[in-house]
Amino acid sequence: MVSLSSYLMLSNVIFCIGLVGIFVNRTNIITLLMCVELILVAVNTNFVAFSHFLGNEAGQIFVFFVLTVAAAEVAIGLAILTLLFRNRGSISVDVTNSLKG
Amino acid sequence: MESEQIIFYILSFWFVTSSLLMIFSRNAAKAVLFLVLVFFSAASIWILLEAEFLAITLILVYVGAVMVLFLFVIKMLNIDKSTLRAKFTGYLPLGLVVAAIVAAEMSLVLGANQFGLDVFSSPTRHDAGYSNITVLAMQLYTTYVYPFELAAVLLLTAIIAAITLVHRNDTSHKKQSISEQVNVQAKDRVRLVSITLPSKEDK
Repeated sequence: MVSLSSYLMLSNVIFCIGLVGIFVNRTNIITLLMCVELILVAVNTNFVAFSHFLGNEAGQIFVFFVLTVAAAEVAIGLAILTLLFRNRGSISVDVTNSLKG
Repeated sequence: MESEQIIFYILSFWFVTSSLLMIFSRNAAKAVLFLVLVFFSAASIWILLEAEFLAITLILVYVGAVMVLFLFVIKMLNIDKSTLRAKFTGYLPLGLVVAAIVAAEMSLVLGANQFGLDVFSSPTRHDAGYSNITVLAMQLYTTYVYPFELAAVLLLTAIIAAITLVHRNDTSHKKQSISEQVNVQAKDRVRLVSITLPSKEDK
């Protein structure tokens, strides 16, 4: 028997790995988006685990909507990224500082 | 140790290992491939939790569409690797400290005292006739039908936004402008010039 605590700790570890990834890859926007995906997968695993152990399907419905929003976010994020590369010639975070006072 | 635990720990090992390889890989395309492995491990864990529909959706939608989109963008943009990894290790200690604090705090909340087997006993497995898709569909089309439609509108908005952002008027080739063709007037095409003929007396 795998306890609910094991699943929650697994998603805890994945969440923190995603957090470290955001710190480490902070100059690369593509990898930043991928780290956000990692964090979302961790959160979704939480939802699915609670849904299984509490016998309530609402958790899985939530994961469904989270997946939808994440897909839309990635589509728009990559579109913005393409636009940024077209205008600046680079996608490094360091060159996107034109709003800096 | 029973088989369910063995499967869980093998899947967890690959889940954690591939996500670590993802965040520390220097090549963005390799990172995408490791993220695909992360999604496969997550889908396997979800199948262990009897969420079959979501597991298949994760593989079909994420690995099949979103990750391919990532790969396309990486290959299209032709990123210079040397500039992207200039400050690779600069913020690693700070990130590790923050992540350790977050992990420690969450471990206190999510530990075996609060969510162990004696508090939340493992539910009995469903029999072979149980359909996860039927149960989810019943919920989705009755209780959550308005959020479901809102999600559809959200996806439509995302499509329109992505196309509007990236699309640009291409001037490299000739093309028809239908509205101009329909609205054309006779005076746009033919210019009548009144010519006064020279009279014979001037010769």
